[in-house]
Order: sequence, then C-alpha cells, then structure tokens
Amino acid sequence: MNEMSEDQVKSIPRKKQIRIALRNCGVIDPERIEEYIEKDGYFSLGRILTELSPEETIRIVKESGLRGRGGAGFPTGLKWEFALKNKSDQKYVVCNADEGDPGAFMDRSILEGDPHSVLEAMAICGYAIGADTGYIYIRAEYPLAIERLKTAITQAREYGFLGKAIFGTKFNFDIFLKYGAGAFVCGEETALIHSMEGRRGEPSLKPPFPAESGYLGKPTNVNNVETFANIPVIFQKGPEWFRGIGTDKSKGTKVFALAGKVNNVGLIEVPMGTTIREVIFEIGGGIREGKKFKAVQTGGPSGGCLTEKHLDTPIDYENLIACGSMMGSGGMIVMDEDDCMVSVARFFLDFTVEESCGKCAPCRIGNKRLYELLDRICKGKGEMEDLDRLKNLSIVIKDTSLCGLGQSSPNPVLSTMDNFYDEYISHVVDKKCPSGVCRDLLEYFIVEENCVGCTACARACPVGAISGERKEPHVINPEICIKCGACMEKCKFDAVILR
Amino acid sequence: MKMVNITLDGNHIEVPAGTTIYESAKQVHIDIPALCYMDLKDLNIRNRPGGCRICVVEVEGRRNLAPSCSTAVEEGMVVKTNSVRVINARRTVMELILSDHPKDCLTCAKSGQCDLQQMAIRLGIRDIPGQEYAEMSTYRLDTSPSIIRELDKCIMCRRCETMCNDFQTVGALHAINRGFYAVVAPAFEMNLEHSPCTYCGQCVAVCPTGALTEVDHTGKVIAALNDPAKTVVVQTAPAVRAALGEEFGMKPGTLVTGKMVTALRHLGFNYVFDTDFAADLTIMEEGTEFLGRLTRFLDGDTEVQMPILTSCCPGWVNFFEHHFPELKDIPSTARSPQQMFGSVAKSYFAEKIGVERKDMVVVSIMPCLAKKYECQREEFMVDGVPDVDISISTRELAHLIKQANLDLVEMTDGDFDLPLGESTGAGVIFGTTGGVIEAATRTAYEIYTGKTLEKIDFEQLRGMDGLRSATVDFGGQEIRIGIAHGLGNARKLLEEIKSGKSQYHAIEIMACPGGCIGGGGQPLHHGDASILQARAKAIYEEDRNKKIRKSHENPFIQQLYADYLGEPFSEKAHALLHTHYFDRRKRVFQI
Repeated sequence: MNEMSEDQVKSIPRKKQIRIALRNCGVIDPERIEEYIEKDGYFSLGRILTELSPEETIRIVKESGLRGRGGAGFPTGLKWEFALKNKSDQKYVVCNADEGDPGAFMDRSILEGDPHSVLEAMAICGYAIGADTGYIYIRAEYPLAIERLKTAITQAREYGFLGKAIFGTKFNFDIFLKYGAGAFVCGEETALIHSMEGRRGEPSLKPPFPAESGYLGKPTNVNNVETFANIPVIFQKGPEWFRGIGTDKSKGTKVFALAGKVNNVGLIEVPMGTTIREVIFEIGGGIREGKKFKAVQTGGPSGGCLTEKHLDTPIDYENLIACGSMMGSGGMIVMDEDDCMVSVARFFLDFTVEESCGKCAPCRIGNKRLYELLDRICKGKGEMEDLDRLKNLSIVIKDTSLCGLGQSSPNPVLSTMDNFYDEYISHVVDKKCPSGVCRDLLEYFIVEENCVGCTACARACPVGAISGERKEPHVINPEICIKCGACMEKCKFDAVILR
Repeated sequence: MKMVNITLDGNHIEVPAGTTIYESAKQVHIDIPALCYMDLKDLNIRNRPGGCRICVVEVEGRRNLAPSCSTAVEEGMVVKTNSVRVINARRTVMELILSDHPKDCLTCAKSGQCDLQQMAIRLGIRDIPGQEYAEMSTYRLDTSPSIIRELDKCIMCRRCETMCNDFQTVGALHAINRGFYAVVAPAFEMNLEHSPCTYCGQCVAVCPTGALTEVDHTGKVIAALNDPAKTVVVQTAPAVRAALGEEFGMKPGTLVTGKMVTALRHLGFNYVFDTDFAADLTIMEEGTEFLGRLTRFLDGDTEVQMPILTSCCPGWVNFFEHHFPELKDIPSTARSPQQMFGSVAKSYFAEKIGVERKDMVVVSIMPCLAKKYECQREEFMVDGVPDVDISISTRELAHLIKQANLDLVEMTDGDFDLPLGESTGAGVIFGTTGGVIEAATRTAYEIYTGKTLEKIDFEQLRGMDGLRSATVDFGGQEIRIGIAHGLGNARKLLEEIKSGKSQYHAIEIMACPGGCIGGGGQPLHHGDASILQARAKAIYEEDRNKKIRKSHENPFIQQLYADYLGEPFSEKAHALLHTHYFDRRKRVFQI
C-alpha cells in the first residue's frame, strides 16, 4: 500500500478516468499561485463574490448534486444551506484533512498538488454560509502538505484572495491551520471539532449538528478535502456539466486509492457509475501474476469485502451500501486467491480496535471481542457457536455504536461472513485455512514423490515427529510436530511443504 | 411551551418539545434502563455522554438504535423500548461491559450499592459468553489519603469527570487512552495525590461501581477500640447526625444525634465528643480574626487583606492551594473544627484527664473524604503523631454500627460527654451552606456592636443557591457577605476577588453541594436536592432547639479560654488553633 513514484502514476491507463478533483495535481506547480490562476483559479471566487448571492451560490452547489466525499455522501449544498440558515455572529468553515484510512492518500495528494483549489472552495463556502474564518484540520504526519498549504495561504493573502475586502467586496475571509495527532476517529466531524477545541478527540451525539453548534459552539460547516476540490470547477463549468457525470444519485467523480494485488496501484479518479470490474481489470490492469480475483475491500478499514458477483456493480454511494460495503473516503484494496478472508477481517478489526476512542461501550469493548473471536478462529480454536456470536456481536455493535466508526467497523466481518462463509467453516470445523495464510492451521507435510529418504529432516526434527526408513519416503506425525520448520529448512529436495 | 405527540410502546403521549425519550417514558411509568446517564437536576449538572448504550431504543424510520437519554422527541415519533431488537442489543452490550469488569462483587466496597450490579440483576445476566478468553483491561491501583481508584472497575460512564470538571472545575479527572484501554484518570496517569485533586469526594459520590471509593479506616478504628492501652476519643461533625439515619432506612432529615451518641458509646469509645464544640471554638478564633481585619480595613489600613474567607472546609483549602495559591493569604488562618478539636483533645483534655498524648487516639466522624487527607497534613502533627488519628465518613460509621450488631433506629438517646461535647446552635449549623458565616455573624455582631442580637436567625444567609450574597447591618455598618457551595461557584467568586470586582467583607465557601450535608462521605443522595434540603432543615431544627445559640456563650468554651488558652488569638491559641497555607500549584507538573 505504498504510494507510487511519479512514473508509476503516469503509467496508469487514463481511459475511463476523468480528473476533476485531481485536475491540477502534477500539472501545475503547487507552490506558485500564478499557475493555479492560469488554470482559471480564483475566477469562481471572484465571480461569486461580485455576481452571486449566498443563496444563489448554494443553489448552484445543490444543483450540481455534489455529495460529501468524506464517506457518508451527504449532499454538500444542503449542508451549506443548514449552516447558512443558522443565524450567528460568528460561523466557521472547516476543512477535514484528517485522512486516516491506512493506504489512502487522495486528500494528501490534492493538498500537496493543488492546495489553492481547497483554499478557493473554502472561501466560496465562507461566503455562502456567512463565515469569515476557515480552519484546515490536518494531520501533523503530512509535513509536505502543511508546507504547501502555508505557502499557498501566504500567496493567496498577498493576492488579496484571502483577508479583508476580497475582490473589493465587503467579504472578509481568512484560513488557518490546526494540526491533528493522527487519530482515525477525528475524521468524524464532531470528534474533529472537539480536537480543534483542544478537547479529547471523541465524537458526541448528533444533533446538535455542527451546522447548529460546531467549533466553539458556533455554526460550522465541515467538508472533506476532496469535496472542496470539486467546488471551483463546478462554478467554472456549471452545475449541469457536473451533473452530467456520474449516476442518478451520485454525481461527478470519485478518487480511489487502488491498492493490493492489482498490477497498477495508486490514485485513480473515475466517474461515479464506473463498475468495479472496470476499475480493477481495465484501470488496475487486472490481478498480479495472473492470479484469480477473490475480493475487493472498499471504504477503508470499516468497509466491506465485495466479491466476483459484485464486479459489475456501478460504483456509487447507494450501490456500495446495498452490497454491504460503503464508499468511505475511497480506499480500494484488491485481494486474490492467496488471501484468507478471516485473516483479512481480523486485520481490519485490529485497526479499528486501535482507533476506537473508547467513549461508547459497544465500540470500545465489542470490537475487541470481535478481534478476539477472529483471532481464535484464525488459530484453529474457533467453535461453531463463535460464528453465531461473531454475527450477533457485529449486528449489535453496528446498531448501538455512537459514531460512524463503530457503526461500520463490523462491516469486514459481516461481509466476509456473507460472502465467504465456507472459509469460516473450514477454519472452525476442518481447522484448515484454504488460502494457506493462517499459520496455526497449516501442517508440515512430506511429498512422497520428492522425498529421497536422506533422513536429514528426521535428524533435524527436535521432537522426533518424522519417521521413515533410509532411502524410503519419510512421514511427519502432525500430532507430535511443533511446526518449528526445521525439516523444511534442511530438505534439499523441496519435499517438505506447508499445507 | 411547544408540545409534541409521540407513541411510546403503544402509548400516545404529549410531551414538551426538547424532552428526551428517556424522560418522556417516565410519564407512562416506563423506566428505561440506563447506566452512564445522571441528571442532578437541582444542581444543574447533567451527565449524558451517550456512552453506555444500555438505554438504546428503537425509533421508527431510523437506521440505528437511539440512546434514549440524549435523543430528543420529535413530532410523530414512534418509539419501542422493549422490542426483541432492543432487548437483544441491551443484553449484548451489558454482557460486553461485564466482560471487562471484575467479578469480585462479594468483597467489593460498592457491593449492594453498585449500579452495575443492579443492572446485571435487572437484565438477568447469568453468563458472559466467551469470558474465559476475553482480555480484561487492567490498571494500576491508585491509593491516595482519601480516595482509592480501582480503575479495573471503571465502566467509562464519565460521571466523575462531569463532577470534577463541570461542577467542581477542579479538572483532576479526564478520559485518557484510546479504545479498549480508555479510562478516566488524572493527566499523564499520575497518581491522584500528585494531581490537583481536592479530595472533595464528589466523584466517589456519583461513581456507579467500585472504581472510586473512599479509603476505608473502619478496621483501624476497631483495632484502636480493642487496644486497652489507648484512650479513644471520638468527635462527630454536625452534618453526620442529619444523614446517618438514611443508612438505616430512616427518612432523610431525621436527626439521630442522641442515637448516634449511644451507638458510639456501645462501640466502645471512651469519650464521645462533638465537633460542634470545636466549631464554637472556630468562631471565637475566626471571628476575632475577622473583626481585627474588619476594624483595620474600616480604619483605612490598605495593607489588610479583605475579604476574609472561611477555612473550615478542607476540600476548599486544597482547591485554593492548587488553583489560587496567589490568594493564600486571604483565608482565615483558623484551623478547621476537626483539627481544633484534635489539638485541644490531645493537649487541654489529655492533661485534664492525665492521659499522655501518645496514649490517646482521636477518631473523627466526618461527612467528608477530604478530612482523611486533612488530618494527615504535617502541620497538624506533633512529632509525627497527628492530632486526629483516624477520620472516617458517615458511610463508614454506618458500616461500623452494622458490624457491631447495633440497631440505630431503636437506640435510646444519649448525651455527649463533657467538656468537649457541649455546643451551641451556632456550632451545629456549620454543617450546611451559609451556616459558618451565620455562626460567625452571631458572635461578631455582638462583639462589634456590644449589643445583644434581637433576632438570632439570619434568614438572608440561608438557602440552596450555589452563589449567594447578603448584607448584614452591624449597627449602621453594612457588612457584605458572599456565600458559595460547590467549587465551580467558588471559582466564580475567587475570579471576582482577583479582578477586584468583589466588594465583600467576608465569604464562606464549602466544596460540596449544600455544604457538608452533601459531602463526599455522606449517604448517597443521587443528586436529589430534596434530600439535601431535608438535611439542612434538620440542622436548623437542632440549632433552634439548643438552649445556647451563640458560640461565645458556650460555657465550656469560656472555661477553655479561662483555664488554658487565655484569650482568642493568644500565643497559645495561635500555636494550637491556627495554621498556614501552601502554594501547591507546582506539584501539578511533578509527575
């Protein structure tokens, strides 16, 4: 899941891709505002401030059909409208740049490659909702993005795009940075606001929504980086143009961080409605080493695993949820036949256990118990009743957790149970891991045809588990074997295998 | 008020807009189980983090279950509190909570009074699936002079945090760590002793489990009583008599002074004395100090520190030492009644009965947990031996009485021993907010004006509001008095003093809601202010029934000065009855 070099990025087939959010990334020098302006940058802001009312501005965002790219897919225009309607002496615009999904780096790429698009969009949002201050909540682990943002803010202020009386109007707006310490849960907007206020980064119940009572108790509009990056283009090319891309309910494009067992990994931006098959097999170039596709996990660590039968599903918010997964911030991890789905579920639970804030009981304790159950199953200690518990616990955690983290963290478990129940049964009943991943379920075995009876393995075995006459094929007694691997190491004929 | 119509378990009800589902359900006698939720309505303190998820209900049209404690009703809402989905979720969440909670209920200090235990009973939990391989979170046991933190038992309800931060503004407790290891603790997981904790005990008073409990000294008391070489003297604080009965099923506000005295005698104390006596003594010293400062102030002395602040509440003393050390010269130097009693008992009284200091054990019964810390302060020791050896809470006294097979309810009334058992009505009212300042006013007025009070009751100083102010006429001189209970309210007053906004001559501050009657060592009041009011009423009733109601008229106080101390503020009085304060702010940074 490492990021790619620039050459790798360029090698990804561009067909099927439309770059809106990433339009300037790699095209302009992000440290020079002039290059952004050359690409019609800040023209939207200028036009809005001088020609449109806040209501008209919001109407255009609503007409575009843009929905939040942070994961939940809430209509952006509607969110702005709520913030506009809540009267207050002070309002805030917050950009959520707390990208926490492992392997996801679309927000970072936008901030590093095109910081001005986010600044411009935040100013537009400020005008639309009546805010004069914006904050970018960015994780401190993104030093280059922070540097570029600082440079961009300074330049925008010099050009008068931020500050007092922007474009000679009465509109004042400035942007400041707030640093996060890299807690996944701080991507949740109430937790993010608490963290900004210097309080513990944990979510609180909505309502009240940030649009009513957000940062310092004032109406606050929180949007994610990618959402903001779409805004200036919508005003440049019109809402009809934007609405023309995508599906019925999901408009525009989505950036995905394609990772895992595909030939081309990296960031891609495709129109909503592109099928998973197109993403994996055309843009991604298919599965590595010609292996068989098994599953794709979408939506970050708490998304679900989709299978062969979902390959032709057009990607949009509703479809992914209907399949038992979600859009999330756009993680996409492809798995092949060598991946064990129980281990995959355990891997993601390990992450959510680590990242739960601990405020509510089902997420704090429940996820830990899910992990423990999965671990038992992976180690061959699982029983059939554990599968029932796993399912019930998952449903209850989803149903009762306080925020989106707990409400989605069991998705990897539920979706792998739905789609790969036979793998769970193999682990629990046969005590076998079909993909050969779960070490505790493997046994050392001597392939008769390859064994020459040299006795090297038998002599190496510390517990005397290997028997056989000289020059005759040997046999490992699995009851005695402690799986130390000494036999495999000693065998010169590849006769000892793990299976 | 706008009303909304909802359907709750088939009942059509009309409730004010903004009401929570949880509160609405009460209208139709549906008690939704809840664990972390706490609503101390009368104190205006509410804890509803929505964390335990026990109170979840099904709301038609919503994808997930909703926490009823923090979900407001909406017009047309259809709610189910007992569907299969809800009951399964509630049980499963309860099993999860219990899977990370020790099962040593038999020996837990909270057993029988534990909300978690009650909930397990109510939900009929008989088994925790998978317990044998479930990891339990474990934390270091933290013992301080007053409070024990056994965080293995913490269920993250955050009630203590709300009391410590929102109500007391002390900020000693806060959630730390993430996920499974999240717990409430002082910053950097330092010991409570090194934190700015004041030991007010309000966290202990609201903790639903055994995670926060008082340091139990009942064993030490029993050991002292069984040591034939020791003369064991007990003193009882004013607020104890107004609340002890509750532990034995008596109505809040039942005075059990005489029964308590008899019970203490049965327990084997050699002398049963009254802290109220020392309260009268406090008035003599503090009143003299106040009048001295007042006179100098009115004479135009700009050096004199005004206003004077009371100093009998140890939680409050800890608070200003930690949070407002720059004001440490303002409070009266008079020791608290508990400590005045200790030093007089181990000097004057010990000499009188011919017992050596080392052979006397002074036990105090206090409504307070901070008193446990106070009596261990070095200033209150002579050669390393404290003036007050053991301080136990009202709750601990109840345990002692029960252990000794005594039936408090049926006990006959006894009288305190003399001379340290005689007190006036002024000493009794120390137990409630406004009482100390009223007692001081009764004496200061008569000394200042040279006249006898026509009306002893100063109604303007009484009440339950967290912040109060009143004026008293000292023969033409208007004396302005401020009163605060709860440290959050105290903070507001102190900020006013610091900014120069405050124009008070004297201020009384008590750390706990309602004063000592709502102390951290009292029977749990669960935020029910009617209980606090009943206790206060009982205290004023005892005051009214006293023959003598002004401290300076207590004959045994007069005798103490005549025989031993000389006069208030004398050198001897200074040595035995006064103290000094410390700047403890820096300790916060010494982990």
